Amino acid sequence: MKTLSMFASALTAAQLCAVDFQRDVRPILARHCFKCHGPDENTRKARLRLDQRPGPDVLRALVKRVGHIDPEEVMPPPAAKKPLSDVQKKILREWVQAGAGYTEHWAFVAPKPTPLPSVKQKDWVRNGLDHFTLARLEQAGQSPSARADRYRLIRRLSLDLIGLPPTPEEVKAFIADQKPGAYERLVDRLLASPHFGERWALPWLDLARYADTNGYEKDRPRSIWPWRDWVIKAINDDLPFEQFTIEQLAGDMLPNATRAQRVATGFHRNTMVNEEGGIDPLEFRFYAMVDRVNTTATTWLGLTVGCAQCHTHKFDPVPHRSYYELMAFMNNTAEPELPLPTPAQKAEGEKLRKQIAVVLAKLPVDEKKFEAWLEAGRAAALEWHTLKPRLGDASRSWMKLEKDGSLFVQGDASKHDTYELEFADLPGGITALRLEALPDERLPKGGPGRAYYEGPKGDFFLSEIQLTADRQPVKLRNGSQNYAKQWIGRGNPGAMAALDGDLQTGWSASGREGKASQAVWQLARPIKAKTLKIRMDFSRHYSASLGRFRIAVTTSNKPAKAKDIPSELEALLARPAEALNGDDRSALRFRYLESSKDTAKVRKPVEAMRKKMPRPATTLVMQERPQLHPRPTHRHHRGEFLSPREVVRPEVLPFLPPLAKDQPRDRLGLARWLVDPRNPLTARVTVNRYWAELFGEGIVRTLDDFGYTGAMPTQPALLDWLALEFIRQGWSRKKLLRIIVTSATYRQQTSPSYRLPAEQIRDSVLRVSGLFHPKLGGPSVFPPQTKSIGEGIWGGGSWRTSAGPDRYRRSLYTHRKRSMPFAMHDTFDAPSHEACIARRDRSNTPLQALMLLNNNSILESSRALGNWAARQKGNDEAVVRALFQRVLTRPPDAQEIRVMTDYLAKQKKRLTADKKMAAQVAGPKPQAAAESVAVWVALARSLLNTHEFITRN
Amino acid sequence: MNSSPATNSLANLTRRHFFRECGYGVGKLALAGLLTNAIGRPAGTHFAPKAKRVIHLFQAGAPSQLELFDNKPKLKELEGKPLPPSVIGDQRYAFIQRDAAVLGPRFPFARHGQCGAELSDKLPHMAKVVDDIAIIRSMHTDQFNHAPGQIFFNTGFAQPGRPCLGSWLSYGLGAETDNLPAFVVLSTGGGISGGSALWSAGFMPGKHAGVRFRNSGDPILNVSRPAGVDAELQRDSLDLIGALNRRRLEVEPDPEIATRIESYEMAYRLQSSAPELMDLKSESPATLKLYGADPAKPSFARACLLARRMIERGVRCVNIYHSGWDAHSNVAGNITNNTRATDQGSAALVQDLKQRGLLDDTLVIWGGEFGRTPMVESNPTLNRSRGRDHHPQAFSLWMAGGGVKGGTTLGATDELGFHITERAVHIHDLQATFLHLLGLDHERLTFRHGGRDYRLTDVHGKVVREILA
Repeated sequence: MKTLSMFASALTAAQLCAVDFQRDVRPILARHCFKCHGPDENTRKARLRLDQRPGPDVLRALVKRVGHIDPEEVMPPPAAKKPLSDVQKKILREWVQAGAGYTEHWAFVAPKPTPLPSVKQKDWVRNGLDHFTLARLEQAGQSPSARADRYRLIRRLSLDLIGLPPTPEEVKAFIADQKPGAYERLVDRLLASPHFGERWALPWLDLARYADTNGYEKDRPRSIWPWRDWVIKAINDDLPFEQFTIEQLAGDMLPNATRAQRVATGFHRNTMVNEEGGIDPLEFRFYAMVDRVNTTATTWLGLTVGCAQCHTHKFDPVPHRSYYELMAFMNNTAEPELPLPTPAQKAEGEKLRKQIAVVLAKLPVDEKKFEAWLEAGRAAALEWHTLKPRLGDASRSWMKLEKDGSLFVQGDASKHDTYELEFADLPGGITALRLEALPDERLPKGGPGRAYYEGPKGDFFLSEIQLTADRQPVKLRNGSQNYAKQWIGRGNPGAMAALDGDLQTGWSASGREGKASQAVWQLARPIKAKTLKIRMDFSRHYSASLGRFRIAVTTSNKPAKAKDIPSELEALLARPAEALNGDDRSALRFRYLESSKDTAKVRKPVEAMRKKMPRPATTLVMQERPQLHPRPTHRHHRGEFLSPREVVRPEVLPFLPPLAKDQPRDRLGLARWLVDPRNPLTARVTVNRYWAELFGEGIVRTLDDFGYTGAMPTQPALLDWLALEFIRQGWSRKKLLRIIVTSATYRQQTSPSYRLPAEQIRDSVLRVSGLFHPKLGGPSVFPPQTKSIGEGIWGGGSWRTSAGPDRYRRSLYTHRKRSMPFAMHDTFDAPSHEACIARRDRSNTPLQALMLLNNNSILESSRALGNWAARQKGNDEAVVRALFQRVLTRPPDAQEIRVMTDYLAKQKKRLTADKKMAAQVAGPKPQAAAESVAVWVALARSLLNTHEFITRN
Repeated sequence: MNSSPATNSLANLTRRHFFRECGYGVGKLALAGLLTNAIGRPAGTHFAPKAKRVIHLFQAGAPSQLELFDNKPKLKELEGKPLPPSVIGDQRYAFIQRDAAVLGPRFPFARHGQCGAELSDKLPHMAKVVDDIAIIRSMHTDQFNHAPGQIFFNTGFAQPGRPCLGSWLSYGLGAETDNLPAFVVLSTGGGISGGSALWSAGFMPGKHAGVRFRNSGDPILNVSRPAGVDAELQRDSLDLIGALNRRRLEVEPDPEIATRIESYEMAYRLQSSAPELMDLKSESPATLKLYGADPAKPSFARACLLARRMIERGVRCVNIYHSGWDAHSNVAGNITNNTRATDQGSAALVQDLKQRGLLDDTLVIWGGEFGRTPMVESNPTLNRSRGRDHHPQAFSLWMAGGGVKGGTTLGATDELGFHITERAVHIHDLQATFLHLLGLDHERLTFRHGGRDYRLTDVHGKVVREILA
């Protein structure tokens, strides 16, 4: 590995000679001393802090104490288990001798424009970036390496920019393009490729911990792929990083937010949801908030604020309280699911609705039977008075009175919610009470309940209902309901079960999500009261309170019963027939057609049409809660959910520029603050990440830590120049990449070499074998993997293997199940997407070798290549060349050709002799003689297993 | 480890120099430790270890301590009555209400062995080895839901994303074999709530993650050659891959290429060592009888036997997950079924290790993620009766071998089995003890990630000295 020093991340010995406070000293102080002498005043010993410059006496004492031989005197004390090495002691001594300079941490000071360094070899330089790298080389007395050959360039560039190796045709075209600017044209073609967005979405999805399941025990599927597709599109459209940030953190709060901007807020909906029975949902909401704070800090600021969840940061100046102040910006959200009907689906739905109305209107009706139905309905109909509460209280949420007299509940829900309602202006002689559970598209699965995890979405479970009239309890009896069913378990759910004093039993209408249901209770005696109070308890092992409901009473003497007919229509039936207008009559007629036994046969076509109603995809989004109902954020003592302390208000980190005066203290304000050019971190952190994606290491090696204990930039001036260029060029990521890849630095023959990420390995296999299916976006897919993958996984893992071209989609689209990562991705170090990851490991293990050697999907690709090779004309050596180039881009050298043709010759002999083996290796439907295909399959399989194939550069 | 960034930089400098100047020799060096190549930290202990290996028999779902290890006759007396609210405090429960009635122990207890440890009659096999195990009856945890509880037990943190005990050992101690993974995971019974987070390496390099041994198909994924590829074709192909990689190494001296070449050779060896390991033909009928294992059928007992074979072959850490202890209903039936599945195998493992002289330096751990309530769980709506809910305040587990004092019973709970009255042991204390037995100081075994030094025990944990031999 001829690593040039321009990519080297370590200090050179020469640099170590002059002690630098930021590079050499503060890291030592931070890691060995700040724990007791740092920013946290609660743990500070001897009232001494070393994160600020102490007096000369202290400094003298410091040198003495760190070098002391007495264990009682030496610092840090042995009990701290953070002993200093001799080198570290020497550094501290030399620093104090040199005057003990303290400077502000480089990363917390905004980058300033500086002139480009001057260089001698001016003709080598292609852009500003090269000034920095060349100046550094010249300083060290070195010179750059030669320009890379075209094979290497196109492979490197293709993998770097679109994450796929070039096709033989692309290679041929590039090699043949002798006109000036061929390379730049290649760069532009790749930047414009739709695969560009897919490749660059990948590291972003790692940061966002994107997955297709909820995590924890049940780890059920969720639909948030539209957010993933939004990321790909935004990157392809080169949406400025500034806007990319704002839309993902607060797209819903932008004026006239578009649907796409709302979809973008899925970034922080990638947090996990625990659906294990009996959990405290608010506890896991808190953990999700913690994750959001940590992820925001890592992704944009390159800071690890996580420590401050429990206590003031020991190294970086992040007070405990600041952590929750940061949380407060983001803590005022509701978390709905957004349906995403496509224009075609909308049109189709509209068309169907119209057709249904037409068909219904034309259905033959036996007028006599209809009249009889009406009469029966009128006889049973009661007059109900909808009650509008003057007070409504719901444990952790609030109620809004809708126009139709119903109540809509918003806010947090728990395993036991209590609603209390108070009514005045009541009719006299109330005989019965009706509760309607109503659907609402704002609720999970259309309501009527608020269940959003564990139980069926939109489920509710009314454990108890109690009525009080003028402070006297009123006995309810003869409860009835038009429908009752509970999710899991047995028993006798229904309106009566809501009167038995047992919270474990009650009324539920599982299976009728998106539809109205009702329960009616009769009063033991008619009452006349000034005020009426209703208390409803919703208790279940998951949160299952009502999201929309309506209360009505009747004074009728007829015994009230719950009815199937919607209350609006019952109201019509309760009126004299002659009071009804045409619309009223047709509403009743439609109801008759749709519900009566008489019409069961004739309405079949309508039911069939209903089934054809398009079902739009959904995605998870953020929605700011109304200002009237802010969710308070507390400081949590020791980071514990159960230890909330004082309420905090949104504040940005104290050592960074303040929030602009005109900015709101909410998510939108926070997002804008993050991408304010005055923020010293965001642009640096971002360009550093892009640099690392290309060169394997960042200019700051610790991609996720720009704090005191993070690595120093190896080329600070270059980092700052790139950060400022990035901002100057409108936060354009394509322009940033263009600067880097068109530089002379990038085009050298020598460039860091590292194993490709898991997804790129699989994509490369698919691409070179020709099996690759290039479709962009859509729901995640399930490429084949062995059944045993589900062993020990909750519910057996439920891997529904995709059929057809979905088996060969880009790996980015592989279903990400958190508790059961896709085996091939897992083997090659892809994360499980449970937490924000700024940098992946690149291990090199025998399990990877087994995967590439023996996995069926590799064999399948080898067979595709084998069939291709067997179809080629020309002698074996020509085909060997072509196959080699197809897989590895470059032509093979003589030695490589020799070992391959030797192998080929031997296998030809064996496979010709063993027809059965040849047929097995060649696989089904060989496109030439099986033994010929088999030989090429074997060679292709070996090539897919070379180190070079899975390695950049 | 605990080196400063400055010395880290120096280390990098030397490593780079090494890479550059010494060519591919380093690739091989880096591999000393097969699947756990320990670059970043030279493997080694902080002090002389008592145990060299761990077999963790994780009882997922939380076994009822009140039916196994913690005899509470008082509960029988109180059966049907609620506990005083003062006892329960503000504890949150998964399913039951705080006023749930008491449920008496479902099985009789008796004393066994020279130590006189008390066990229920559902553990007849364990009763024979009580003098070799240490029972802790005063365990407590922070979590009362399965997935977070299991993840907490294994990684010291309730959310996924951190390395588990096996990963810490692989990172801290490296591997003892080049032919098998250092850290192996087996499972029997149903799905495990914590999922793959339980054997994940978290933020550590993926090579420290547990390698699943599967009950069906290949024991290790892809360890068998594809259909049609015979041994000779496989060898020839490996030779070709090796030749092409070596040619590359001549052109571009990158140590990763050398490591890759070596990885393929190890993969080749795994193809024979894994089937050899799984083949129980060489086990005597007496051994099979001791475990009560059918060699052809996956079971907890067979997994225990495989675990012994694994540690004999140099595997550092074996996790066996047995799922199914979540007795929200019919705790008696649950305990009967699960002890039938696990009692003999667990006891046989202790006996077998002992008779082979392996128990002295093998740590065996048996237990679940939390305990179960003294109160009954009964809910007609959920079709549950005579069950027990989750109880994080007190539970029991046992350890054996590897420096653990056999015949010990540590800690006690109140007469209701609700609160600990004697020698509370937190999960972090237990983790500190595991590491201690393996020669690692839990405060010094750290891994730097995202600007912070992480430990298995976070900022907590005290070694439980009372159970050390």
